Amino acid sequence: MRISITRALSILQRCARDCPQQQHSSPSVGNSTLSGAVRLLSSQALATSKEPEAGNVPKKSLNLFSAINQALHIALETDPRSYIFGEDVNFGGVFRCTTNLADTFGKHRVFNTPLCEQGIVGFAIGLAAMDNRAIAEIQFADYIYPAFDQIVNEAAKFRYRSGNQFNCGGLTIRAPYGAVGHGGHYHSQSPESFFCHVPGIKVVIPRSPAQAKGLLLSSIRDPNPVVFFEPKWLYRQSVEDVPEGDYMLPLSKAEVMREGTDITLVGWGAQLSVMEQACIDASKEGISCELIDLRTLIPWDRETVEASVNKTGRLLVSHEAPVTGGFGAEISASIVERCFLRLEAPVARVCGYDTPFPLVFEPFYMPTKNKILDAIKTSVSY
Amino acid sequence: MATRGLRVLAKSSTPLLRRTLSNSISETRPCARILDAECSGAAALPARGSCGVPARSYGSATNRTADTELSKNWSKTPPAARRLSGEPEKAFSDDEDHEILDYPGAKTNFTHEMTFIPETAAEPVPCFRLLNDFGQPLPWAKLPQMDAELATKIYRNMVNLQTMDAIFYEAQRQGRFSFYLTTHGEEAINIASAAALSPQDVVFTQYREPGILMWRGFTMQDFADQCFGNAADLGKGRQMPVHYGSRELNCPTLSSPIATQLPQAVGAAYGLKMSRKDACSVAYFGDGASSEGDFHAALNFAAILETPTIFICRNNGWAISTPTNDQFRSDGIVVKGRGYGIRSIRVDGMDTLALYCAVKEARKIAIEESRPVLIEALSYRVGHHSTSDDSSKYRKKAEIEHWKLVRDPVNRFKKWIEAQGWWDAKSEKAIRSEARSSVIAAMNKAGQKQKPELSNLFTDVYDSLPSNLREQELQLRDVIAKYPRGYPTDVPL
Ligand SMILES: Cc1ncc(C[n+]2csc(CCOP(=O)(O)OP(=O)(O)O)c2C)c(N)n1
Ligand SMILES: [Mg+2]
Repeated sequence: MRISITRALSILQRCARDCPQQQHSSPSVGNSTLSGAVRLLSSQALATSKEPEAGNVPKKSLNLFSAINQALHIALETDPRSYIFGEDVNFGGVFRCTTNLADTFGKHRVFNTPLCEQGIVGFAIGLAAMDNRAIAEIQFADYIYPAFDQIVNEAAKFRYRSGNQFNCGGLTIRAPYGAVGHGGHYHSQSPESFFCHVPGIKVVIPRSPAQAKGLLLSSIRDPNPVVFFEPKWLYRQSVEDVPEGDYMLPLSKAEVMREGTDITLVGWGAQLSVMEQACIDASKEGISCELIDLRTLIPWDRETVEASVNKTGRLLVSHEAPVTGGFGAEISASIVERCFLRLEAPVARVCGYDTPFPLVFEPFYMPTKNKILDAIKTSVSY
Repeated sequence: MATRGLRVLAKSSTPLLRRTLSNSISETRPCARILDAECSGAAALPARGSCGVPARSYGSATNRTADTELSKNWSKTPPAARRLSGEPEKAFSDDEDHEILDYPGAKTNFTHEMTFIPETAAEPVPCFRLLNDFGQPLPWAKLPQMDAELATKIYRNMVNLQTMDAIFYEAQRQGRFSFYLTTHGEEAINIASAAALSPQDVVFTQYREPGILMWRGFTMQDFADQCFGNAADLGKGRQMPVHYGSRELNCPTLSSPIATQLPQAVGAAYGLKMSRKDACSVAYFGDGASSEGDFHAALNFAAILETPTIFICRNNGWAISTPTNDQFRSDGIVVKGRGYGIRSIRVDGMDTLALYCAVKEARKIAIEESRPVLIEALSYRVGHHSTSDDSSKYRKKAEIEHWKLVRDPVNRFKKWIEAQGWWDAKSEKAIRSEARSSVIAAMNKAGQKQKPELSNLFTDVYDSLPSNLREQELQLRDVIAKYPRGYPTDVPL
């Protein structure tokens, strides 16, 4: 069962109100010219403190789709060269993430596209290449495959193949991913690992409303194309206090959500709340778990994971996607390379099975809390 | 079955068609040309003085306009002098007036007029219909030979479909299964087209066409079992509701990704053709689906490979919330057929008789001539897109009500069979209550059946279980044994 993640957020960097102006005056989205906001972000060494900025930042309780809606609103407001489009985006999107945006910013900046994913992404690449921010919505991650060629062969290589003359860094592709309880084969998939095999794009997956808002704004303003997968199970379920202003969270920076000493757990997106429950149950049995939210899957923060495993000596990775060739395999291999002598048990992977995503058998397919708990115990008593 | 008024947009246009599409379509498009390829520099030059000889109009009389100075100059140059050595002579016919341009990409004649083809024809493609909104035959309509038995069978199936949709929709709302979508407004497309096909024709559906299976004998129980995902579901509970399929009934199991079935139907038709089966393939899809790359790939493949494929587009005005104006700027779907060299027709998708005739004729063309046909059936999606959608967010209630009450295709056909004396209030009452009770009985039975066994999670990924899946099944059974309360109890282990 999913629960809201209401724990205090670490490191919410509020971008000063003058960011927008800086952005406007920065015509180049990518090509090594960082936008004002990005510059500000990187110069202030984020994500080192776990202190939530309690008190001085106005916050409001929001669910995930509303937090994403806010981020999109800010993106449009702070940069006149930003556009949002995709199937059914105009009326607010099938998950309500683009609610009111067309009314507020006009149909030239927020619009429906024909039902054609390859068209959506190809169009977005071209728009981004002209120094715009193209925020493309793919209605479900399960339907991103027609756009695979555009993402893998085009977006990812636009900069490299031109010798950095061109880039489509203003491109962000948003897509809801993951299980939802009744989605069957085609409304449940977690295709992140396909994209993690593609140098040139970034893959970002938030776990909660406040994370989503900050990470999405960073993704939109990042000078590289980003595929941003949103955990659709949490659109309504996950509610937490979200800072009201414009802020960004750093990419390629994992976050230690819960500190522990016996085993390191690494995950992302909706799976984290399941893992968190397993950590709580394990602690009742005297096992201290460290839980890490990877947040950006590529380029990923190996250092944070490595440091944690060097402390705990054990690693468990968990994701909904099938275990074989999942991103857990990459994490496992990297950590074995780096921490071989420190490991006290084989790296555990608690993931989906190597089957299509099944409707009736979903509760069996899923990497559930008790599967994780079982693997934690096996690892600790290895 | 030829019927008056049934017009298929042929590649070789009829005069009638030419009139309709006069602005955009002629037999072969002439090619505008100013500079001749054989430019020698010495020939009479156009005013601009560039190295080139103005091309004359090689077109037929209809393409030629008044002679210009340029073309007069041109005609003074003897043909022989224009031929460069080594150039293939056959590139030009003896008769200059009929010289054709023979680039490999298009065989056409020249024109010196620079004319862009307009984006749409002057008049939209007319819609073939036989019955008006009140179920009365149009004045000159030549109706198909349809006897009472066939007509009432079609009507019964339409009522069954309508009833199943209404009850299943409510059942989903009450939480009995996870998802549903209705065919309301498109019952005629479902049933009339199915009736015009043969059972051996292979049918690839999108998701709003369960009526084809129904016509072919998929029972209420079969539908209910699939929606409940129970042990009797042919798909073994793996897919969402409405993802039907039946090998026995020649309907490959559908999937959710839009338009993927279209090129598959073309491949299937090629297989049928090569094995000399007296059958075609049929692919149903929506207006939204026509935007996907797969649609365009499918039409092109079908034309090139000359496959017996009938493409049936349900242009119901909406793709979830997206209106057709955000989907395409062409005159609907029908005109796209010509873009690929495919014979096409637009039909009233709420007129059972017109649909029946058009599909019957399309099938004849597909099989006898071994070529694809595109049918655009105009309709309206009366229901919400699905149980996950609330269409009042993007369209007016009055609009829905109008189509539901005034334009209902089931009612329209009923009026016609009543007028034939084949149907009356008594038979109506009987069939409606029979339909209701059979749907409810099927649903209740389906709800009581067990779910498919757990092993079905791992089977059928491949023809046999590879070692990784065998191992994963053992691991799963192991955790279930340890944590029996963590898993649903309705799935037999
Ligand atoms: C590749 C793909 N993209 C998006 C979707 C989500 N989706 C499901 S139905 C639909 C609209 C389809 O409209 P249309 O083809 O007109 O069929 P209709 O629902 O009107 O019968 C969309 C966008 C999908 N299923 N597959
Ligand atoms: Mg439609």
